[in-house]
Amino acid sequence: MKKVYLISGGITKFAKAHPEKDFRLMVREAYDYALSHVPRLEPSMIDGSVVSYFSDHFTRQLMAGAMVQDFLGLCPKPSRRVEGGGATGGLCIQSAYEAVASGRMKVIVAAGFETMSRVNTWKGNEFIALASDTNYDYPLGGFYTGYYAMMVVRHMHEFGTTPEQMACVSVKNHMNALHNPFAQHPADLTIEDVRKSEMVSWPLTRLDCCTMSDGAAVCILADEDTAFKVCDNPVLIKGVGTGTDCMRMADRPHGDVILLPNEKEDDYKDFKYPGVHSFRAGRTAAKMAYEHAGISNPLDELDFIELHDAYTSSEIQTYEDLGLCRYGEGGSFVEKGKPFLKDIDYGLELPEKAVIPVNPSGGLLASGHPVGATGIMQAVFSLWQLQGTIGKHFGTDKLQIKDAKRGLIHSHAGTGTYVAVTILEKT
Amino acid sequence: MSKKIKIPETEEGTILFNTDPVIIKNHYEMDYIHSYAQDSPFFIGLTKGVLLGSECKECGYKYATPRMHCMYCGKETAWFELPETGKIHTWTTCYYGGEAFLKETPYNLILVEFDGVDTLFQSRLIGIKEDEIKIGMDVKAQFLRNSKFKITDVYFAPSS
Repeated sequence: MKKVYLISGGITKFAKAHPEKDFRLMVREAYDYALSHVPRLEPSMIDGSVVSYFSDHFTRQLMAGAMVQDFLGLCPKPSRRVEGGGATGGLCIQSAYEAVASGRMKVIVAAGFETMSRVNTWKGNEFIALASDTNYDYPLGGFYTGYYAMMVVRHMHEFGTTPEQMACVSVKNHMNALHNPFAQHPADLTIEDVRKSEMVSWPLTRLDCCTMSDGAAVCILADEDTAFKVCDNPVLIKGVGTGTDCMRMADRPHGDVILLPNEKEDDYKDFKYPGVHSFRAGRTAAKMAYEHAGISNPLDELDFIELHDAYTSSEIQTYEDLGLCRYGEGGSFVEKGKPFLKDIDYGLELPEKAVIPVNPSGGLLASGHPVGATGIMQAVFSLWQLQGTIGKHFGTDKLQIKDAKRGLIHSHAGTGTYVAVTILEKT
Repeated sequence: MSKKIKIPETEEGTILFNTDPVIIKNHYEMDYIHSYAQDSPFFIGLTKGVLLGSECKECGYKYATPRMHCMYCGKETAWFELPETGKIHTWTTCYYGGEAFLKETPYNLILVEFDGVDTLFQSRLIGIKEDEIKIGMDVKAQFLRNSKFKITDVYFAPSS
């Protein structure tokens, strides 16, 4: 397989609604932004695209990917749509990676969008709930906050995780986003603010959940020759991993833990895995990506993580899947201050030193979650972190992680049904 | 001189939210002809007050929801009757939901665990408030008398 690099990225500001731009124009804006930062790349050098969006219901336009291809002026080159629920964007990046790694293409555009403002929030929740089993889950009044609430209630029961620990995630991510001009919902919050906001599905409040968004994001990927020809600081895609699990969370097994290189069987005596408290797809994707990238201790060998925090609870669960701490320790990991940025005052008493910034951009909770764009947004922010250009793109280098050499992006669908993990490395 | 041809004008208008940009109301509704296909016996079971799970005769794995093929050995499963009582494995109380369910809020969702069955069953829990629900609590299945052939034909209530 050939080496694959990210050479540029662009995103629109994520917002509750962008009625003045349709999905094609939003993608065009992100694409033009990306192109403007690699002036030596001629559009004629682009071999094709992968376009991602999650829901035909939100778009109400089938083959919208073909319309993006058309609008970008990339016809008659190859293009396809990739869809996988919340992981749509992460899977899109990996599909683009595969096209270059296989040698089929030298330069490819990965573009994603979602236009969720076209229906009201609760209709939107209904559309998203159609990504659960429509015979057995959805007709019960099942919707995603409800599913994640049930999963974290079990996590609380097994490990003693608390709603206040979840609220720490919300404070962190909203505060980080104050320095990200692309973010939809930056805010200076307290734990009390999070707990006192409207209850959606116990114990998850409105501030434990991401919002509906309009937005688009684009990444350009290239092979080694082209990457170094057109870009001064391309970022290497060092590892990719992807996992899956049963659509119905009720069907998940209660078996043995899938161990990472830094874990032992003895760590998990009498532990039933994944049950509904952990994400087997996330662990599988992480393990595969770590093996591909040659990582044996993620905490020491990664400098930052952008993960799929659709809910504060799922950020905590994902620390564990990624092996940043043992299963069961996710709540204390955040409470101690380990995933925070060193130089930001969060107004929280954090007893230990920050070890690895998680969602320095603000994540989905604060940046927004226009589903098809989200995983690509993570790649764009991580590219800029590794290029050391956060200051240039954000207008402030407050979120720039000094000497960042390696980052991980994590894109997650359903109740942990598809997960894509990609590891990026500075060259 | 030839007669001018025109499309007949109608009196229907368009609901307009804004003119810059133009934002209109666009209605969308449909009925599906939905088959439960191989899972049909489960829904018939609900009309008789019976919960049917799937059992793999090859490896012995028991599923609390219909699954025609075993996810471990791939063999075709057999139907078996689930117990009427189980325990709460996890739960939540929903104060919001998808638009279709907003009028029913607040409602409780649970995952039920049954003795000797390897997977869980998702359902509604009635007759109890958020602050009284506990993991491990005994619950019993109840069935609608007038079946709707939907998963909501069964629901649970505390059994003690």
